[in-house]
Amino acid sequence: MALLELKDVSMVYNGKVRALDGINFSVEKGEWVAIMGPSGSGKTTLMNIIGCMDKATGGEVILDGIDLSDVDADKLTEIRREKIGMVFQQFHLVPYLTAVENIMVAQYYHGLPDLNDAMTELKRVGLEDRANHLPSQLSGGEQQRVCIARALINYPVLILADEPTGNLDEANQNLVMKIFHELHAEGHTIITVTHSPDVGREAQRCIVLEHGRIKS
Amino acid sequence: MFWQMVKGALIRQKNRFALIALTVALGVSLAAAMLNVMFDVGDKVNQELKAYGANITVTPKNSALLKDVYGLEAHEYLNESDLGKIKTIFWTNNIVAFAPKLDGELTLVDGSKIPAAGTWFNHEMTLPTGETLSIGVVEMKSWWKIDGSYPANDTEALIGQKLAAEKNLHVGDTLKYTGGEFKISGILSGGGDEDNQLLVNLSAMQKILNVPGKIGSIEVSAITTPENDLARKAAANPDLLSQQEKEIWYCTAYVSAIAYQIEEVIANSSARPVRQIAESEGKILEKTQLLMLLITALSLLSTALGVSNLVSANIMERSRELGLLKAIGATNLGVILLVLTEIFIAGGVGGILGYAVSLGLAQVIGTTVFGSAIVNNSAVLPIVSVLMVVVLLVGSLPAIRMLLSLQPAEVLHGR
Repeated sequence: MALLELKDVSMVYNGKVRALDGINFSVEKGEWVAIMGPSGSGKTTLMNIIGCMDKATGGEVILDGIDLSDVDADKLTEIRREKIGMVFQQFHLVPYLTAVENIMVAQYYHGLPDLNDAMTELKRVGLEDRANHLPSQLSGGEQQRVCIARALINYPVLILADEPTGNLDEANQNLVMKIFHELHAEGHTIITVTHSPDVGREAQRCIVLEHGRIKS
Repeated sequence: MFWQMVKGALIRQKNRFALIALTVALGVSLAAAMLNVMFDVGDKVNQELKAYGANITVTPKNSALLKDVYGLEAHEYLNESDLGKIKTIFWTNNIVAFAPKLDGELTLVDGSKIPAAGTWFNHEMTLPTGETLSIGVVEMKSWWKIDGSYPANDTEALIGQKLAAEKNLHVGDTLKYTGGEFKISGILSGGGDEDNQLLVNLSAMQKILNVPGKIGSIEVSAITTPENDLARKAAANPDLLSQQEKEIWYCTAYVSAIAYQIEEVIANSSARPVRQIAESEGKILEKTQLLMLLITALSLLSTALGVSNLVSANIMERSRELGLLKAIGATNLGVILLVLTEIFIAGGVGGILGYAVSLGLAQVIGTTVFGSAIVNNSAVLPIVSVLMVVVLLVGSLPAIRMLLSLQPAEVLHGR
C-alpha cells in the first residue's frame, strides 16, 4: 500500500478560486518525489494539504492509512505531529531559542524532550558545534540544516520540504541536497516542493503542476 | 522546555511585557488602595461625622415619655454621679465624647428672661475604673467658634452671638441677673440654638435652679456602625429579637445597641439616637463605599482593556512563531497555555508591584482625606489576587480568540 495517496483532490477557495483540480497520485514508502511547477500552479496548496495544515474541499488524501479528509482539526494536528517532518523555505526557527532548543521544541510537543537525541540530529546535519547558537547567529544554510534536524527528530513517516534550497546559495544548496540524499538512502520518504529544475532532478520522480492540475 | 520558551519570550519581548506589568500594577495599586480604604472607611467616615455633634441624647425616662405622648416638658432629672457609667458600657471605646446639659432660664435685672444652660466645657472626670479624662462640649462641638474663651469658673459665661447682639454684650462685660452676675468670657457662634443661649458651668446652673447633682440630659457622640434591618428591628423593640439576633445586635456598634447599653447603666434614663444623624452616617458611608467600588471596578476594567490591547499586539507580532509551534505539532491548548503563562508572569510581577504601591497609596488617601492612617485589611490581598486573575483572563480573551483562529498554513507560507 502507498504511504500517500491522493484521489481526485480539489481545493476551491471561497467557492470561486480553484487552486487544485482533480489531483491523483501516490507516493510509495521510501520514495523521493518532487512536486514542481511555476508560481500559482498550486504547489503550496498541495503541500498544505499533504502537510495536514489545510483540508481539501474535494477528493481523498490518505496518509499512512488515514483518510485526512475525514478528520477534524485536532486530529490533523496530531497526525502532523506524529507523521510529518516539515522543512520550510524561510527556515522558521523560534528566534529566542538556541539551535538545539529549536529541535527540542518539536520533541516537547511530541513527547519528552531529550538533549542527547537532539544533539544526535544536530550532529547528523553537521552542526553539533553550533548547538547553543541562536538562529540570528547562524547562516541561512545552517538555519536550514537545523530545520531539517528538527523535521527528523520525531522519526516522521514523511519529510515534507517546501523550497528547501530557495533561500540558499549554491554551496549551502549542495550541502542541503546531500543531506536529503543521505536521508533517502536511509529509507526516508521525501516530498520536495520546488520550482527549481535542479532540485527537482535530484528526486526519483517529478510531478509537475500547472493551473492546479497535474501536467506530467 | 516549556519554561525555556516562556523565559525566552519574556526576555525577547521584555518591553512589551514590562508594559503589561505596568498596566496591571497601575490597576492593582488603585484597586487595592481603594479596597483598603473602603474596608476602613466606616470608622473614618464616622469619625469625620463626629464633627457634626452628638448622635445619642439621654433624657430622664418620664420626661421622654411625657414629651412623646403628650408633648409636655417635665422637670425630671438624671444624676450627675451616673455620668461616668457611660464609659463602662460594652462599646466604651466607641464613646468619643459626651456632655451633660441642664436647661433653665435667667431673669435679668431689667426683668427680661433669657434661655440659659449649664454644661461641662472641659471637665476633668475620674471614671469608676479610676481612669481620668476630659469631657465636655469643647471636645464634642468642635465646630463651635468662640470669640474670647470658654468659662474658667462658675462666675463666667459663654453667650450666643445672637443673644449677645440683642443684649449688646461683649467679651469682658458683666451680665446681671436677679440672683447674681456673670462675666462674659466669650461669644459663641455655633449655628444652632446655642446662639440664642447663655452657657455656664453645670455647677453654676445647678445652684441657680437649686438642683444640686442633677442634670437634664446628656448628649453623647459615639462611633457607630450603619443601621441595617436587624438594627432597625431592634430599634423598634429589642424584646422582639431572637436570642441569637440579640447577641449579634448587642455586640455590634449600632447606634440603637449603644443607646440600649447606656440605658442599662444610667438609672431611669431614656437614650434615643438622633435619627437624622444616624441615618446620614449610614447613607454617607454607603455612598462613599459605592464610589470606591466604582473606582475599583473602573480601574480594573481599564486594566483589562490595556492588557487586551498589549496582548493582542504581542500575538500579532508573534503570529509566525506561534503558527510555527502549531505547525510542528502544538495543540491550541498548548499554545494558549504558553501565552497565558507569559501574560500571568508579567501580570503577577505587576500585581506584586501594584500591591506594594497600594499600601502607600492607601496611606496617602487616608492622611489626605481623613487625616489618619488606613489599616491594611488582610482580606484585600486575596480579593485583589482573584480580581487580577479575572482581569488578566478577560484581557486575554481577544488574544485567545486570535490564537484559536491562527492557521499555520496562513502565517508560514500563505494559502
